[in-house]
Amino acid sequence: MNVLTDNLSLYGRGLLGTVQLTVYSSLLALALGFLMAAFRVAPVASLRAFGTAWVTVLRNTPLTLLFFAVLLGLPRFGLVLPFQLFAVLALGCYTSAFICEALRSGINTVPTGQGEAARSLGMTFSQTLGTVVLPQAFRTVIPPIGSTLIALAKNSAIAGSFSVTELLGTYKPLNELGYSIIWSFVWIAVGYLIVTLSISALFNVLERRWGVPR
Amino acid sequence: MAVDPLIELRDVNKHYGTLHVLRDIDLVVDRGEVVVVIGPSGSGKSTLCRTINRLETIDSGTITIDGRPMPDEGRALARLRAEVGMVFQSFNLFAHKTVLANVSLAQVKVRRRDKAEADRRSRELLERVGLLAHAEKYPAQLSGGQQQRVAIARALAMEPKALLFDEPTSALDPEMINEVLEVMQQLARDGMTMVVVTHEMGFARSAANRVVFMADGRIVEDRPPEEFFTAPRSERARDFLSKILKH
Repeated sequence: MNVLTDNLSLYGRGLLGTVQLTVYSSLLALALGFLMAAFRVAPVASLRAFGTAWVTVLRNTPLTLLFFAVLLGLPRFGLVLPFQLFAVLALGCYTSAFICEALRSGINTVPTGQGEAARSLGMTFSQTLGTVVLPQAFRTVIPPIGSTLIALAKNSAIAGSFSVTELLGTYKPLNELGYSIIWSFVWIAVGYLIVTLSISALFNVLERRWGVPR
Repeated sequence: MAVDPLIELRDVNKHYGTLHVLRDIDLVVDRGEVVVVIGPSGSGKSTLCRTINRLETIDSGTITIDGRPMPDEGRALARLRAEVGMVFQSFNLFAHKTVLANVSLAQVKVRRRDKAEADRRSRELLERVGLLAHAEKYPAQLSGGQQQRVAIARALAMEPKALLFDEPTSALDPEMINEVLEVMQQLARDGMTMVVVTHEMGFARSAANRVVFMADGRIVEDRPPEEFFTAPRSERARDFLSKILKH
Protein backbone atom coordinates (compact mmCIF):
# COMPACT_ATOMS: atom_id res chain seq x y z
CA MET A 1 0.00 0.00 0.00
CA ASN A 2 2.74 2.49 0.93
CA VAL A 3 4.39 1.84 -2.44
CA LEU A 4 2.21 4.66 -3.80
CA THR A 5 2.69 7.18 -0.99
CA ASP A 6 6.46 6.56 -0.85
CA ASN A 7 6.90 7.02 -4.59
CA LEU A 8 4.27 9.57 -5.46
CA SER A 9 6.60 11.67 -7.63
CA LEU A 10 7.81 8.59 -9.57
CA TYR A 11 4.22 7.53 -10.27
CA GLY A 12 3.33 11.13 -11.05
CA ARG A 13 6.09 11.45 -13.64
CA GLY A 14 5.05 8.10 -15.17
CA LEU A 15 1.42 9.12 -15.37
CA LEU A 16 2.34 12.49 -16.85
CA GLY A 17 4.49 10.71 -19.46
CA THR A 18 1.61 8.43 -20.44
CA VAL A 19 -0.82 11.35 -20.61
CA GLN A 20 1.59 13.34 -22.79
CA LEU A 21 2.19 10.40 -25.13
CA THR A 22 -1.57 9.79 -25.35
CA VAL A 23 -2.55 13.40 -25.99
CA TYR A 24 0.16 14.20 -28.56
CA SER A 25 -0.22 10.87 -30.37
CA SER A 26 -4.02 11.25 -30.39
CA LEU A 27 -3.78 14.67 -32.02
CA LEU A 28 -1.35 13.35 -34.62
CA ALA A 29 -3.48 10.24 -35.22
CA LEU A 30 -6.68 12.30 -35.62
CA ALA A 31 -5.05 14.75 -38.04
CA LEU A 32 -3.39 12.04 -40.14
CA GLY A 33 -6.42 9.75 -39.95
CA PHE A 34 -8.64 12.59 -41.19
CA LEU A 35 -6.26 13.31 -44.06
CA MET A 36 -5.96 9.64 -45.04
CA ALA A 37 -9.75 9.15 -44.92
CA ALA A 38 -10.12 12.15 -47.25
CA PHE A 39 -7.50 10.57 -49.54
CA ARG A 40 -9.30 7.24 -49.55
CA VAL A 41 -12.58 8.74 -50.79
CA ALA A 42 -10.96 11.33 -53.11
CA PRO A 43 -11.77 11.35 -56.83
CA VAL A 44 -8.01 11.25 -57.60
CA ALA A 45 -6.77 7.67 -58.03
CA SER A 46 -3.20 8.33 -56.84
CA LEU A 47 -4.47 9.80 -53.55
CA ARG A 48 -6.74 6.80 -53.03
CA ALA A 49 -3.79 4.46 -53.66
CA PHE A 50 -1.63 6.37 -51.18
CA GLY A 51 -4.33 6.26 -48.49
CA THR A 52 -4.87 2.55 -49.03
CA ALA A 53 -1.15 1.82 -48.86
CA TRP A 54 -0.82 3.91 -45.65
CA VAL A 55 -3.60 1.98 -43.93
CA THR A 56 -2.46 -1.42 -45.17
CA VAL A 57 1.15 -0.99 -44.05
CA LEU A 58 0.50 0.61 -40.67
CA ARG A 59 -2.51 -1.43 -39.64
CA ASN A 60 -0.78 -4.72 -40.40
CA THR A 61 2.58 -3.96 -38.76
CA PRO A 62 3.08 -4.98 -35.12
CA LEU A 63 3.42 -1.78 -33.09
CA THR A 64 6.67 -2.94 -31.46
CA LEU A 65 8.18 -3.50 -34.88
CA LEU A 66 7.08 0.00 -35.87
CA PHE A 67 8.79 1.42 -32.77
CA PHE A 68 12.02 -0.36 -33.76
CA ALA A 69 11.70 0.96 -37.29
CA VAL A 70 11.20 4.54 -36.13
CA LEU A 71 13.64 4.66 -33.20
CA LEU A 72 16.44 2.69 -34.83
CA GLY A 73 15.67 3.28 -38.50
CA LEU A 74 15.12 7.02 -38.77
CA PRO A 75 18.44 8.03 -37.06
CA ARG A 76 20.24 6.06 -39.80
CA PHE A 77 18.78 8.51 -42.28
CA GLY A 78 20.10 11.40 -40.22
CA LEU A 79 16.82 12.14 -38.44
CA VAL A 80 17.68 12.36 -34.74
CA LEU A 81 14.88 13.45 -32.43
CA PRO A 82 14.11 13.03 -28.71
CA PHE A 83 12.85 9.51 -27.98
CA GLN A 84 9.51 10.84 -26.77
CA LEU A 85 8.94 12.51 -30.14
CA PHE A 86 9.87 9.30 -31.95
CA ALA A 87 7.37 7.45 -29.76
CA VAL A 88 4.64 9.99 -30.60
CA LEU A 89 5.41 9.54 -34.31
CA ALA A 90 5.21 5.76 -34.11
CA LEU A 91 2.04 5.72 -31.99
CA GLY A 92 0.36 8.50 -33.97
CA CYS A 93 1.03 7.01 -37.40
CA TYR A 94 0.01 3.52 -36.26
CA THR A 95 -3.26 4.74 -34.74
CA SER A 96 -4.04 7.03 -37.70
CA ALA A 97 -4.66 3.92 -39.81
CA PHE A 98 -7.43 2.84 -37.42
CA ILE A 99 -8.85 6.38 -37.15
CA CYS A 100 -8.91 6.55 -40.96
CA GLU A 101 -10.92 3.35 -41.22
CA ALA A 102 -13.35 4.44 -38.48
CA LEU A 103 -13.91 7.75 -40.30
CA ARG A 104 -14.34 5.97 -43.61
CA SER A 105 -16.97 3.65 -42.16
CA GLY A 106 -18.75 6.77 -40.90
CA ILE A 107 -18.55 8.37 -44.33
CA ASN A 108 -20.11 5.22 -45.78
CA THR A 109 -23.13 5.55 -43.46
CA VAL A 110 -24.04 8.92 -45.01
CA PRO A 111 -26.45 8.27 -47.90
CA THR A 112 -24.79 8.82 -51.30
CA GLY A 113 -27.60 11.22 -52.21
CA GLN A 114 -26.23 13.76 -49.72
CA GLY A 115 -22.93 13.97 -51.57
CA GLU A 116 -24.66 13.93 -54.95
CA ALA A 117 -26.88 16.84 -53.95
CA ALA A 118 -23.85 18.84 -52.81
CA ARG A 119 -21.95 18.09 -56.02
CA SER A 120 -24.98 18.92 -58.18
CA LEU A 121 -24.97 22.39 -56.58
CA GLY A 122 -21.41 22.92 -57.78
CA MET A 123 -19.61 22.24 -54.51
CA THR A 124 -16.06 20.91 -54.83
CA PHE A 125 -14.91 17.61 -53.36
CA SER A 126 -13.45 19.24 -50.25
CA GLN A 127 -16.54 21.42 -49.70
CA THR A 128 -18.80 18.40 -50.08
CA LEU A 129 -16.72 16.36 -47.67
CA GLY A 130 -16.22 19.15 -45.14
CA THR A 131 -19.67 20.72 -44.97
CA VAL A 132 -22.06 17.91 -45.89
CA VAL A 133 -20.59 14.43 -45.48
CA LEU A 134 -18.20 14.60 -42.51
CA PRO A 135 -20.51 16.54 -40.16
CA GLN A 136 -23.06 13.74 -40.62
CA ALA A 137 -20.42 11.00 -40.46
CA PHE A 138 -19.00 12.52 -37.26
CA ARG A 139 -22.04 11.45 -35.24
CA THR A 140 -21.59 7.79 -36.05
CA VAL A 141 -17.81 7.63 -35.60
CA ILE A 142 -17.67 8.97 -32.03
CA PRO A 143 -17.85 5.51 -30.35
CA PRO A 144 -15.26 3.71 -32.55
CA ILE A 145 -12.83 6.64 -32.35
CA GLY A 146 -13.18 6.59 -28.56
CA SER A 147 -12.25 2.90 -28.55
CA THR A 148 -9.28 3.53 -30.82
CA LEU A 149 -7.92 6.28 -28.58
CA ILE A 150 -8.30 4.07 -25.49
CA ALA A 151 -6.28 1.42 -27.32
CA LEU A 152 -3.71 4.12 -28.09
CA ALA A 153 -3.41 5.04 -24.40
CA LYS A 154 -2.67 1.43 -23.52
CA ASN A 155 -0.33 0.93 -26.49
CA SER A 156 1.77 3.83 -25.21
CA ALA A 157 3.18 1.35 -22.65
CA ILE A 158 5.43 0.00 -25.41
CA ALA A 159 7.31 3.30 -25.41
CA GLY A 160 8.56 2.41 -21.90
CA SER A 161 10.75 -0.28 -23.42
CA PHE A 162 12.43 2.43 -25.50
CA SER A 163 13.62 4.65 -22.65
CA VAL A 164 10.58 6.96 -22.76
CA THR A 165 9.22 7.93 -19.35
CA GLU A 166 5.72 6.52 -18.99
CA LEU A 167 3.58 4.74 -16.44
CA LEU A 168 4.33 1.07 -17.03
CA GLY A 169 8.09 1.69 -16.93
CA THR A 170 7.87 2.79 -13.28
CA TYR A 171 7.73 -0.84 -12.18
CA LYS A 172 11.46 -1.27 -12.93
CA PRO A 173 12.85 1.21 -10.34
CA LEU A 174 10.16 0.10 -7.85
CA ASN A 175 11.18 -3.50 -8.30
CA GLU A 176 14.83 -2.64 -7.73
CA LEU A 177 13.87 -0.80 -4.54
CA GLY A 178 12.27 -4.04 -3.33
CA TYR A 179 8.62 -3.09 -3.30
CA SER A 180 5.92 -5.75 -3.73
CA ILE A 181 5.47 -6.38 -7.43
CA ILE A 182 1.73 -6.93 -6.95
CA TRP A 183 1.07 -3.54 -5.39
CA SER A 184 3.36 -1.77 -7.86
CA PHE A 185 1.27 -3.10 -10.69
CA VAL A 186 -2.05 -2.44 -8.95
CA TRP A 187 -1.21 1.26 -8.78
CA ILE A 188 0.06 1.25 -12.37
CA ALA A 189 -3.26 -0.30 -13.43
CA VAL A 190 -5.13 2.40 -11.50
CA GLY A 191 -3.09 5.01 -13.38
CA TYR A 192 -4.10 3.53 -16.74
CA LEU A 193 -7.73 3.39 -15.60
CA ILE A 194 -7.60 7.12 -14.83
CA VAL A 195 -6.42 7.82 -18.37
CA THR A 196 -8.76 5.42 -20.18
CA LEU A 197 -11.85 6.26 -18.12
CA SER A 198 -11.19 9.95 -18.76
CA ILE A 199 -11.20 9.23 -22.51
CA SER A 200 -14.43 7.24 -22.10
CA ALA A 201 -16.03 10.10 -20.18
CA LEU A 202 -14.97 12.63 -22.82
CA PHE A 203 -16.46 10.53 -25.60
CA ASN A 204 -19.66 9.95 -23.63
CA VAL A 205 -20.07 13.71 -23.43
CA LEU A 206 -19.35 14.08 -27.15
CA GLU A 207 -21.86 11.38 -27.96
CA ARG A 208 -24.57 12.99 -25.85
CA ARG A 209 -23.85 16.35 -27.41
CA TRP A 210 -23.50 15.32 -31.08
CA GLY A 211 -24.47 11.71 -31.48
CA VAL A 212 -28.18 12.44 -31.88
CA PRO A 213 -30.05 10.12 -34.22
CA ARG A 214 -31.01 11.72 -37.51
CA MET B 1 -39.15 27.13 -81.80
CA ALA B 2 -36.00 29.24 -81.91
CA VAL B 3 -32.90 27.12 -82.31
CA ASP B 4 -30.83 28.10 -79.31
CA PRO B 5 -29.36 24.90 -77.92
CA LEU B 6 -28.52 24.89 -74.19
CA ILE B 7 -28.01 21.18 -73.59
CA GLU B 8 -26.64 18.96 -76.35
CA LEU B 9 -25.95 15.24 -76.16
CA ARG B 10 -24.23 13.65 -79.16
CA ASP B 11 -23.72 9.91 -79.65
CA VAL B 12 -23.74 9.24 -75.92
CA ASN B 13 -23.15 5.65 -74.87
CA LYS B 14 -22.88 4.14 -71.42
CA HIS B 15 -22.49 0.60 -70.09
CA TYR B 16 -22.93 -0.87 -66.63
CA GLY B 17 -20.74 -3.92 -67.07
CA THR B 18 -22.36 -5.80 -69.93
CA LEU B 19 -25.60 -3.81 -69.72
CA HIS B 20 -25.79 -1.15 -72.42
CA VAL B 21 -27.89 1.49 -70.58
CA LEU B 22 -27.55 4.38 -73.04
CA ARG B 23 -27.34 3.66 -76.77
CA ASP B 24 -26.35 6.38 -79.24
CA ILE B 25 -28.32 9.11 -77.46
CA ASP B 26 -28.74 12.35 -79.43
CA LEU B 27 -30.74 15.00 -77.63
CA VAL B 28 -30.84 18.78 -77.94
CA VAL B 29 -32.69 20.94 -75.46
CA ASP B 30 -33.17 24.57 -76.44
CA ARG B 31 -33.17 27.47 -74.04
CA GLY B 32 -36.56 27.81 -72.37
CA GLU B 33 -37.71 24.39 -73.49
CA VAL B 34 -39.37 21.83 -71.22
CA VAL B 35 -38.52 18.27 -72.22
CA VAL B 36 -40.23 15.41 -70.44
CA VAL B 37 -38.55 12.01 -70.56
CA ILE B 38 -40.79 9.00 -70.07
CA GLY B 39 -40.42 5.28 -70.52
CA PRO B 40 -40.60 1.95 -68.73
CA SER B 41 -38.35 1.38 -65.72
CA GLY B 42 -34.86 0.30 -66.67
CA SER B 43 -35.08 2.19 -69.96
CA GLY B 44 -32.18 4.47 -68.98
CA LYS B 45 -34.14 7.69 -68.47
CA SER B 46 -32.79 8.41 -64.97
CA THR B 47 -29.27 7.60 -66.12
CA LEU B 48 -29.71 9.98 -69.04
CA CYS B 49 -30.81 12.74 -66.68
CA ARG B 50 -27.84 12.13 -64.35
CA THR B 51 -25.28 12.18 -67.15
CA ILE B 52 -26.23 15.76 -67.99
CA ASN B 53 -24.45 17.07 -64.88
CA ARG B 54 -22.06 14.15 -64.80
CA LEU B 55 -23.30 12.42 -61.69
CA GLU B 56 -22.95 9.48 -64.09
CA THR B 57 -19.94 9.30 -66.38
CA ILE B 58 -20.34 8.29 -70.02
CA ASP B 59 -18.27 5.88 -72.09
CA SER B 60 -18.38 7.76 -75.38
CA GLY B 61 -19.99 10.75 -77.04
CA THR B 62 -20.12 14.39 -75.98
CA ILE B 63 -22.30 16.48 -73.71
CA THR B 64 -22.17 20.27 -73.98
CA ILE B 65 -23.89 22.82 -71.79
CA ASP B 66 -24.34 26.24 -73.35
CA GLY B 67 -21.65 25.44 -75.91
CA ARG B 68 -19.09 24.22 -73.37
CA PRO B 69 -18.20 20.53 -73.19
CA MET B 70 -18.54 18.84 -69.79
CA PRO B 71 -15.14 18.73 -68.05
CA ASP B 72 -14.00 15.42 -66.56
CA GLU B 73 -13.38 16.38 -62.95
CA GLY B 74 -12.25 19.13 -60.63
CA ARG B 75 -13.20 22.77 -60.31
CA ALA B 76 -14.25 23.25 -63.93
CA LEU B 77 -16.81 20.47 -63.51
CA ALA B 78 -18.02 21.98 -60.23
CA ARG B 79 -18.49 25.35 -61.94
CA LEU B 80 -20.52 23.84 -64.75
CA ARG B 81 -22.63 21.81 -62.32
CA ALA B 82 -23.57 25.03 -60.56
CA GLU B 83 -25.21 26.10 -63.85
CA VAL B 84 -27.40 22.99 -64.01
CA GLY B 85 -29.64 22.41 -61.01
CA MET B 86 -30.85 18.97 -60.07
CA VAL B 87 -33.89 17.78 -58.15
CA PHE B 88 -33.77 14.18 -56.93
CA GLN B 89 -36.39 11.53 -56.37
CA SER B 90 -35.40 11.23 -52.70
CA PHE B 91 -35.04 15.01 -52.17
CA ASN B 92 -31.54 14.67 -50.67
CA LEU B 93 -31.87 17.72 -48.43
CA PHE B 94 -28.87 18.05 -46.11
CA ALA B 95 -30.17 16.25 -43.02
CA HIS B 96 -28.03 18.14 -40.51
CA LYS B 97 -28.99 21.64 -41.68
CA THR B 98 -32.15 23.70 -41.38
CA VAL B 99 -34.33 24.42 -44.40
CA LEU B 100 -32.89 27.93 -44.64
CA ALA B 101 -29.30 26.66 -44.36
CA ASN B 102 -30.02 24.05 -47.05
CA VAL B 103 -30.96 26.78 -49.50
CA SER B 104 -28.16 29.15 -48.45
CA LEU B 105 -25.22 26.73 -48.18
CA ALA B 106 -24.16 26.52 -51.83
CA GLN B 107 -24.85 30.23 -52.41
CA VAL B 108 -22.21 30.98 -49.77
CA LYS B 109 -19.77 28.19 -50.69
CA VAL B 110 -20.06 28.27 -54.48
CA ARG B 111 -21.44 31.68 -55.42
CA ARG B 112 -19.45 33.40 -52.65
CA ARG B 113 -22.40 35.50 -51.53
CA ASP B 114 -22.19 36.79 -48.00
CA LYS B 115 -24.37 35.00 -45.48
CA ALA B 116 -26.97 37.75 -45.01
CA GLU B 117 -27.46 38.21 -48.75
CA ALA B 118 -27.75 34.44 -49.26
CA ASP B 119 -30.31 34.12 -46.45
CA ARG B 120 -32.32 37.01 -47.88
CA ARG B 121 -32.49 35.32 -51.28
CA SER B 122 -33.26 31.97 -49.65
CA ARG B 123 -36.25 33.49 -47.84
CA GLU B 124 -37.52 34.92 -51.14
CA LEU B 125 -37.27 31.50 -52.77
CA LEU B 126 -38.88 29.74 -49.82
CA GLU B 127 -41.72 32.24 -50.02
CA ARG B 128 -42.05 31.43 -53.72
CA VAL B 129 -42.49 27.72 -52.97
CA GLY B 130 -44.77 28.53 -50.03
CA LEU B 131 -42.51 27.36 -47.22
CA LEU B 132 -41.14 30.50 -45.60
CA ALA B 133 -42.86 29.58 -42.33
CA HIS B 134 -40.75 26.40 -42.16
CA ALA B 135 -37.35 28.06 -42.69
CA GLU B 136 -35.96 27.15 -39.27
CA LYS B 137 -37.09 23.51 -39.29
CA TYR B 138 -34.98 20.49 -40.16
CA PRO B 139 -35.80 18.44 -43.28
CA ALA B 140 -37.02 15.44 -41.26
CA GLN B 141 -39.75 17.65 -39.76
CA LEU B 142 -41.30 18.33 -43.18
CA SER B 143 -43.56 16.19 -45.37
CA GLY B 144 -42.18 14.72 -48.57
CA GLY B 145 -43.91 17.32 -50.74
CA GLN B 146 -42.55 20.14 -48.61
CA GLN B 147 -39.04 18.66 -48.71
CA GLN B 148 -39.17 18.44 -52.48
CA ARG B 149 -40.27 22.08 -52.76
CA VAL B 150 -37.31 23.06 -50.55
CA ALA B 151 -35.06 21.03 -52.86
CA ILE B 152 -36.40 23.01 -55.83
CA ALA B 153 -35.75 26.28 -53.98
CA ARG B 154 -32.23 25.06 -53.18
CA ALA B 155 -31.56 24.35 -56.87
CA LEU B 156 -33.04 27.72 -57.93
CA ALA B 157 -30.83 29.57 -55.44
CA MET B 158 -27.86 28.94 -57.73
CA GLU B 159 -29.69 30.72 -60.58
CA PRO B 160 -29.10 27.76 -62.88
CA LYS B 161 -29.49 27.92 -66.65
CA ALA B 162 -31.37 24.65 -66.60
CA LEU B 163 -33.01 22.32 -64.08
CA LEU B 164 -32.95 18.53 -64.18
CA PHE B 165 -35.72 16.62 -62.41
CA ASP B 166 -35.09 12.93 -61.73
CA GLU B 167 -38.54 11.49 -60.95
CA PRO B 168 -39.35 14.35 -58.55
CA THR B 169 -42.76 13.01 -57.51
CA SER B 170 -42.12 9.25 -57.46
CA ALA B 171 -41.38 9.10 -53.73
CA LEU B 172 -44.39 11.21 -52.74
CA ASP B 173 -47.81 10.33 -51.36
CA PRO B 174 -50.47 11.00 -54.03
CA GLU B 175 -51.91 13.99 -52.19
CA MET B 176 -48.50 15.72 -52.16
CA ILE B 177 -47.73 15.27 -55.83
CA ASN B 178 -49.76 18.27 -56.94
CA GLU B 179 -48.06 20.80 -54.69
CA VAL B 180 -44.74 19.88 -56.32
CA LEU B 181 -46.14 19.78 -59.85
CA GLU B 182 -47.65 23.24 -59.37
CA VAL B 183 -44.23 24.67 -58.53
CA MET B 184 -42.80 22.96 -61.61
CA GLN B 185 -45.64 24.25 -63.82
CA GLN B 186 -44.91 27.78 -62.62
CA LEU B 187 -41.19 27.36 -63.41
CA ALA B 188 -42.09 26.14 -66.91
CA ARG B 189 -44.33 29.18 -67.45
CA ASP B 190 -41.50 31.45 -66.26
CA GLY B 191 -39.33 30.10 -69.07
CA MET B 192 -36.96 27.83 -67.13
CA THR B 193 -35.21 25.20 -69.26
CA MET B 194 -36.18 21.86 -67.79
CA VAL B 195 -35.47 18.18 -68.37
CA VAL B 196 -38.01 16.17 -66.40
CA VAL B 197 -37.95 12.42 -65.94
CA THR B 198 -41.42 11.54 -64.68
CA HIS B 199 -44.41 9.24 -64.76
CA GLU B 200 -46.83 12.17 -64.47
CA MET B 201 -48.50 12.12 -67.87
CA GLY B 202 -50.73 15.05 -66.95
CA PHE B 203 -47.65 17.21 -66.38
CA ALA B 204 -46.14 15.99 -69.64
CA ARG B 205 -49.29 16.97 -71.55
CA SER B 206 -49.72 20.38 -69.98
CA ALA B 207 -46.18 21.67 -69.46
CA ALA B 208 -43.89 19.91 -71.91
CA ASN B 209 -42.77 21.28 -75.26
CA ARG B 210 -41.52 17.83 -76.22
CA VAL B 211 -41.89 14.31 -74.94
CA VAL B 212 -38.93 11.98 -75.24
CA PHE B 213 -39.89 8.31 -75.01
CA MET B 214 -37.08 5.93 -74.07
CA ALA B 215 -36.93 2.14 -74.12
CA ASP B 216 -33.93 -0.20 -73.71
CA GLY B 217 -31.44 2.66 -73.59
CA ARG B 218 -32.62 4.29 -76.83
CA ILE B 219 -34.67 7.36 -77.60
CA VAL B 220 -37.60 5.83 -79.47
CA GLU B 221 -39.73 8.94 -79.99
CA ASP B 222 -39.10 12.66 -79.56
CA ARG B 223 -42.23 14.68 -80.38
CA PRO B 224 -44.67 17.31 -79.09
CA PRO B 225 -46.85 15.84 -76.30
CA GLU B 226 -50.19 16.11 -78.13
CA GLU B 227 -48.88 14.10 -81.09
CA PHE B 228 -47.16 11.58 -78.89
CA PHE B 229 -50.11 10.87 -76.63
CA THR B 230 -52.77 10.80 -79.36
CA ALA B 231 -50.82 9.04 -82.10
CA PRO B 232 -47.61 7.33 -80.94
CA ARG B 233 -45.66 6.05 -83.93
CA SER B 234 -43.80 3.12 -82.40
CA GLU B 235 -45.25 -0.16 -81.23
CA ARG B 236 -43.19 0.15 -78.01
CA ALA B 237 -44.75 3.51 -77.14
CA ARG B 238 -48.27 2.35 -77.99
CA ASP B 239 -47.78 -0.65 -75.70
CA PHE B 240 -46.40 1.56 -72.88
CA LEU B 241 -49.21 4.11 -73.16
CA SER B 242 -51.92 1.44 -73.28
CA LYS B 243 -50.62 0.09 -69.97
CA ILE B 244 -50.42 3.36 -68.08
CA LEU B 245 -53.39 5.27 -69.51
CA LYS B 246 -55.95 2.49 -69.12
CA HIS B 247 -56.92 3.41 -65.55
